[in-house]
Amino acid sequence: MKAKVFLSLILLCGGLAAPLARADDVAPAAAPAVAPSAAPAAPPACELPSYLLSSESQLPKVADAVKAGKPLEILVIGSRSTTIPASEDASYPARMQAILKDKLPPSEAVHVSVELQSKKTAEEAAAGFVKLMEAKRPTLVIWQTGTVDAIRAIDPDDFRGAVTEGVVALQDAGADVVLMNLQYSPRTETMISVPPYLDNMRVVAQEHDVPLFDRFAIMRQWNDQGQFDLFSPSRGPELAKQVHDCLGRALAQFVIDAAHLGPTQQQN
Amino acid sequence: MSIADQVTGSTLPGTANPAEAKPVGAKPRAAAPAISLPAVGERELRLDLFRGLALWLIFIDHLPPSLLTWFTIRNYGFSDATEIFIFISGYTAAFVYGRAMLESGFVIATARILRRVWQIYVAHVFLFTIFLAEISYVATSFENPLYTEEMGIMDFLKQPDVTIVQALLLRFRPVNMDVLPLYIVLMLALPLILWSMKWKPDLTLGFSVLLYAATWEYDLYFSAYPNGFWAFNPLAWQLLFVFGAWCALGGARRMSRILASPVTLWISIAYIVAAFYVTLTWYVPQVPHVMPKRIEQWMYPIDKTNLDVLRFTHFLALAALTVRFLPRDWPGLKSPWLRPLILCGSHSLEIFCLGVFLAFAGHFILAEVSGGPAMHALISLSGILIMWGVAWVISWYKRVADKSGSKSKSAVGSADLAGGG
Repeated sequence: MKAKVFLSLILLCGGLAAPLARADDVAPAAAPAVAPSAAPAAPPACELPSYLLSSESQLPKVADAVKAGKPLEILVIGSRSTTIPASEDASYPARMQAILKDKLPPSEAVHVSVELQSKKTAEEAAAGFVKLMEAKRPTLVIWQTGTVDAIRAIDPDDFRGAVTEGVVALQDAGADVVLMNLQYSPRTETMISVPPYLDNMRVVAQEHDVPLFDRFAIMRQWNDQGQFDLFSPSRGPELAKQVHDCLGRALAQFVIDAAHLGPTQQQN
Repeated sequence: MSIADQVTGSTLPGTANPAEAKPVGAKPRAAAPAISLPAVGERELRLDLFRGLALWLIFIDHLPPSLLTWFTIRNYGFSDATEIFIFISGYTAAFVYGRAMLESGFVIATARILRRVWQIYVAHVFLFTIFLAEISYVATSFENPLYTEEMGIMDFLKQPDVTIVQALLLRFRPVNMDVLPLYIVLMLALPLILWSMKWKPDLTLGFSVLLYAATWEYDLYFSAYPNGFWAFNPLAWQLLFVFGAWCALGGARRMSRILASPVTLWISIAYIVAAFYVTLTWYVPQVPHVMPKRIEQWMYPIDKTNLDVLRFTHFLALAALTVRFLPRDWPGLKSPWLRPLILCGSHSLEIFCLGVFLAFAGHFILAEVSGGPAMHALISLSGILIMWGVAWVISWYKRVADKSGSKSKSAVGSADLAGGG
C-alpha cells in the first residue's frame, strides 16, 4: 500500500514537471516588442521564450558607452562555429551588428570584429587575451568557447580554470564579457559529451557575474519546436545562414537586455 | 502491519538475513568468518527489479531528450541510474563470488571473477566496433556547414593505429561507453575487496571511504586518451561498489536498526525534497531563485566523475526509503506488470550492451528519418520492448539449456546474477 503511494507520487511529480517545463514555450519572443518601429520584425522561426534571452548579470560598460554616445566596439572571440564557411556576412557576428545598428539610436556607431581561434581550447585561446585586448580595446567581448575542449575531452576542471582565467583577463582589460556556450549538434550527440562543458561555463558565468548566452539551449529549443531541422545532412549553406541570422538577432537582443538599453530604459 | 514489521528482515535490497532465514546450524560455515551470506537459491527480486529499472533509465538517458526523459530519476534529484547500477552490481558480485570464495577458496573465486571480467571486456570491444561503424558513416555522409567544427570529432579516424590500440587499453572511450570500463576495473579489484571483507568488513569499508577521500583531496584519476581522464573515476566510484558488497555480506543486516528509525526516514525525505527543489531550479528557470549564493557556490558543480558526496548521499536516501517501503516479500514483485523489469535486470550484461546499441541505433534512426516527438516516443518504447523481448529469449534459452544440461552446474554461481555492466 505504502509502496503504491510512493510510486504514484513519483509518477505524479513526473507528470507535473513536464508541463511546467513547457509552460513558457508559448511565450512570444521579446524581440518584436522592443523596437517595433526601427527593426524589421524577426522571422517567426527565431522565436524564443524570454527566459533564454535574459540574464541577471549586467553589462555596465556597454550601457555607459551607449549613454555617453561613444562608439560601441564589440569583439567576438570564437572558433569555427562562429562563422559559416564562404559566407562570412551571414554569420551571427555580422547579423548581430546589423540588428544592433537597427535597434540602437541611429547616432550610435556599432562595430563588431571577429577573432577566430580555430581548433584552440579555452586555455590556448585565453593565453593570447592580454595581447589581443591591447590591440583591440573593445567595450564588450563575446567569448564563444567549449566546442574544441569537448571534442578533445579536456578535463572539465581544467576547462573551468581556463575559462575563469580568460574571463578575468578580459575583465581586467576593461571590457564587459558575455560567454557563449556550444552549439546544439544532435548528429554528434553520441560522440561528443557536451554537458560537463555547459555546466562549467554556467558556473564560471555565475561566479564572475557574467551574462551567459545559452546557444545550446536556444538551438535545441528551435530544433525541438520544429523551427529548424538541425539533423539535416544538407550540404548547402541555407540552413546555416538562417540559424546564424536568428542567433545574431537573439544575441543582439540579449546584449540590449543585459545592458538595459531597451526603449523604456533609454527614456529615463 | 506496522512499519517495524516491514523493516525487520528486509534491510537494504536483497539482504536475506541468514541468522533468521536458515535453520540454526544448517550452514556452520557461516558462523566462522566475519561475514555472513544470504540463503542460496532464492533470487532477490528487488535487486533484479531495480537493476532492470536502471537499465531502462540508462537507455532512455542515452537517447536525445524527449518526453520520456522526464520519467528518469536524474530529473528529480542528484543521483541517477548509474548509482543504482553500480551499487547493485557490487551487491550481487559480492553475493555470488563471496560465496565462491568461502566455498572454493581465493584462487578459484579469483579465476571465476577474471572470467567474468573477460566477458565484460569483450562486450565493451563489441560496442566500440559498433561505435566505429556509426561514426565512420556520419563522417562520410554528413556535411552540414553549420557543424564543420563539430566534425573535428572525426579527426581520430585519421590515425586508427593509435586510436584502436588505446580503445583496447580502455583509455579511448567514446561517449556513453564509460560504464563498462568502470565495471571492469571494479571487478578486477573484487578479489582483493572480498578477501579483505572476509577478514574485516568494516575496516574494508573504511579503507574504501579513505580512498574516496584521498581521491578528492589529492585529485587522483585515471588518464584517458587523447587527453583528460575517465568519465567515471573508478577510485571514487569504488565507494558505491564496496558499499554494495559490504551490504551484501551482512552490513545491511547490521544497519537494519538505523534504517528502521524514524529519524533516518525524515532525514531521507527532507534531503530528497531539497534535492528535488534544487533540480527544479535547473529545469524550470521560472522557479524563484531563493537559493543563497553561498550555498550555490559550495554546492556546484555537482561532480559526476568523482561521485560527488551530494550524489552519494542522495542515493543513500533513496535506497533507505526504497528498503523501507518496498519489503522483500512485497507481493507486487511477483506481478506480471513488473515481470519485464525483473527479466531485464536478471540478464544485466546482455541487456546493458543491447541498451547501448539500441541508443546508437535510435540516434541513427532519428537522424535519418527526422521524425518528430511521436517518432521519438516510438523509438524509446520499441527499444524497451526489444530489451524485454531479448531478456525473455535469454531466460527461455537458459531454462531449456539448464534442463538438458542435467543440472551439472549448481545455481550458486550463475554469472548473470553477478552480472552488470
